[in-house]
Amino acid sequence: MTEKDDRFSQALKEILSGSPTRTLLAVFLGFVVGAIFMIISNKEFLSAMGYVFSRPSDAFAAAWNVVSSGYGALFKGAIYNFEAETFERAIRPLTETLRLGAPLIAAGLGIGLTFRVGLFNIGGTGQLVFGIIFATWVATRIELPFVIHMVVALLAGILGASLLGALVGFLKARTGAHEVILTIMLNYIALSFFTFLMRDPNLLQEQRASGNPKADPAAETALLPNLLGDSYSLHFGLILALASVVVYWWLMERSTIGFRLRMVGHNPDAARTAGISVGKTYIIAMALSAAFVGVAAGNQALGDDTGVIPSSHADIGFDAITVALLGGSSAPGILMAGLLFGAFKAGSAGMQVIGISPEVLGIVQGAIVLFIAAPPLIRAIFRLPPPQHTNALGALKQRLFGKGGAK
Amino acid sequence: MKLELRGITKRFGTLVANDSIDLTVESGEIHALLGENGAGKSTLMNVLYGLYRADEGQILLNDQPQAFSGPGDAMAAGIGMVHQHFMLIPVFTVAENVALGNEPTGFAGALDIGKARERVIEISNRFGFNVDPDAMVEDLPVGVQQRVEIIKALSRDAKVLVLDEPTAVLTPQETDELMEIMRQLAKSGTSIVFITHKLREVKEVADRITVIRLGKVVGSAAPTASTSELASLMVGRDVELTIEKAESKVGEEILKVQGISVLDDRKHRAVNDVSLTVRAGEILALAGVQGNGQTELAEAILGLRPVVKGSGTIEINGKDLTASSVREVLEAGVAFIPEDRKKDGLVSEFSIEENLMLNQSFKSRFTKGLDISFGTRRSVAADLVKRFDVRTPSIDTPAGKLSGGNQQKVVVARELSRDVGLLIASQPTRGVDVGSIEFIHEQIVSERDRGKAVMLISTELDEVLALADRIAVMYRGRIVGIVGPETSRETLGKMMAGVTA
Repeated sequence: MTEKDDRFSQALKEILSGSPTRTLLAVFLGFVVGAIFMIISNKEFLSAMGYVFSRPSDAFAAAWNVVSSGYGALFKGAIYNFEAETFERAIRPLTETLRLGAPLIAAGLGIGLTFRVGLFNIGGTGQLVFGIIFATWVATRIELPFVIHMVVALLAGILGASLLGALVGFLKARTGAHEVILTIMLNYIALSFFTFLMRDPNLLQEQRASGNPKADPAAETALLPNLLGDSYSLHFGLILALASVVVYWWLMERSTIGFRLRMVGHNPDAARTAGISVGKTYIIAMALSAAFVGVAAGNQALGDDTGVIPSSHADIGFDAITVALLGGSSAPGILMAGLLFGAFKAGSAGMQVIGISPEVLGIVQGAIVLFIAAPPLIRAIFRLPPPQHTNALGALKQRLFGKGGAK
Repeated sequence: MKLELRGITKRFGTLVANDSIDLTVESGEIHALLGENGAGKSTLMNVLYGLYRADEGQILLNDQPQAFSGPGDAMAAGIGMVHQHFMLIPVFTVAENVALGNEPTGFAGALDIGKARERVIEISNRFGFNVDPDAMVEDLPVGVQQRVEIIKALSRDAKVLVLDEPTAVLTPQETDELMEIMRQLAKSGTSIVFITHKLREVKEVADRITVIRLGKVVGSAAPTASTSELASLMVGRDVELTIEKAESKVGEEILKVQGISVLDDRKHRAVNDVSLTVRAGEILALAGVQGNGQTELAEAILGLRPVVKGSGTIEINGKDLTASSVREVLEAGVAFIPEDRKKDGLVSEFSIEENLMLNQSFKSRFTKGLDISFGTRRSVAADLVKRFDVRTPSIDTPAGKLSGGNQQKVVVARELSRDVGLLIASQPTRGVDVGSIEFIHEQIVSERDRGKAVMLISTELDEVLALADRIAVMYRGRIVGIVGPETSRETLGKMMAGVTA
């Protein structure tokens, strides 16, 4: 074998052992697990199993049927409805996926940021809720011209969320309290405070509504504008999410702030010796993390004109943890993971219609992250090489693309 | 007990750490295993200790082939080991650590920690280790932690005792004492494998010497072999053990420390009313046994550790920096080579390139506003890697993948490439191979010749004597005296034990 071949096979090994490959395989395995659940809960399959030895083809056919129709419904509900009469209707599912994925992406970036700093922000929900409170207040209680109103409401949402995040960072830096405990407890406080505000018309409650906790619909001037006209509900939130991805990439990979954040994440002792205040970095990291969550909050508060209710946070704060894990805390990874989970949200209704419980998708989500969290398991199943450190891939990239990513 | 290793080969991926090594240690023999860092000594001993499984080869004890599947088996067979990197549980006391894995038990299996304490006290007294059995290991200085390791091995009546770089943290006197212990143990029939890269010690204590280089046995020698002969076997070329250096041209005072006191992590006074000055163009060596306040003093100067309020002042270039942050001190013109490079000097996951800008991320040649200036960083990194002879496949390699010597060169390259007036180098050559030691020493001397003030903190007398223009000796948080570089080893040794000069 020549030296060149050697280098290529080494580079191939690195690709196979790298995390993108593992992530794709984990997603695949997650769908396999989901399929198993669909099959064993299917009546035709179970009855066919009764005479599996005389006519095994029935069982296989039933299994194939339920899996293909289940995931087919997911595809139809989340990407492209090939049964629709017009093209416009056919791509509606895709726009729904984008709409539902947008806040997951933004919040996922926020959680991913803390992972890179060695923190664990479980407080996505609380921060999201605070962002919604601030954004809703501006959107319902202040009168401003079109566009400006939206921008101010959005900034208020980001500010509200990052204030709560900064509080967590401050308490951790000052008192040494653990951020996991702090964020979980603040989730309870934020959720209850939110509902509390929506029970009093002098605060956030819809003025003409009676007892139920519900806020006024956001003023029309504050709503995120629709992107593709009125036949789709996809709105400007997608653009915000995509912009967040770019900002996150710049922040973490290109800026000195991100450099310091990552330094503290990997080795706080070395960071301290290098003249970096670790406490301050924790505050900055939590504030920035929550700011991304705040973008998702703006999306929830200003995305439609129905008025927020206590469940408007839609568990995005928790799903964002999974998104960040699946996306490996990298900008492109989180973008893809957010879209995948957005597709799950968009497609679950379609699955329910054909009689497959949408909880299968929850199982798929959980299974994916489980496989991600256990790289050796994936390696064993697919007989992948162990992690490689020779950087042959880097050398190859360097040769193919000149100076590489740096400038 | 006679120990024999036959054709031991251990591979890590493509790297052959041990290449068919043969080694025989007779009963009651002190066998020195000499080699540079990264030569494969530690790997070989970890194979012996059952931590690694050899790919090929055999281990024989008294001519019986052994198959160790873990350290438990090795220990049961009578092999004791004092590791270079301590294998202690930080949140356990000394007695608990010594008892661990071999716990004395009382009624119904209850832990008898009293017995463990007695054992610690007994061994500690026998060898004069002066170790408190109830102290929490994480609170102990590195030097004392190593003594706990030695006690741990001795408490198990090992028949073959492996000492991996045991003298790095001891005073010359303590080293002599340890060597006496080694001789006593050998006389009583214990076989000792003594791993080191210090030639003087090898010549003094070993009965036989085996030299390892790049995973292979390159020769064996009698202790009568000359130092230079051993050194050249070790590095494969003749090495200069002393450093040529010109007369120092002393300039103005750069660092002025006046009467400061500093507390350690246990809130004990680690530095007590210390005053010293370092002038431009001189190397002041802070000598002393590990754990006598040098680390805390350096940390206080850098701003990592607060100075006791009202106790004194630290001035750099005439500017009062007593209560300043690390960043202010660094920006006032201080370069710092930390004692523990893995913990404080490098981010192992970062590339060499990123590590070279570690403490220059605020406003420096590496930054453009909030952006990192990648082009400059790449070219600076490529240049530094070349100039400081960092052996690495590329500047994108994570620092953690480099050998100890090369990691240290990255730290040294970063600190010396900064345009500052004061260099504080703490144990700059600890765990570094002979070739790199020489190189780093030359660099430090050339910094001094260029008019920098250098404060060298070192527990190695050879290093202190080779580099220093003035030597300050610390003992129990105080400076015992400041003497010239012509002072004899014996006098320095006495000062390091607290005798005023």
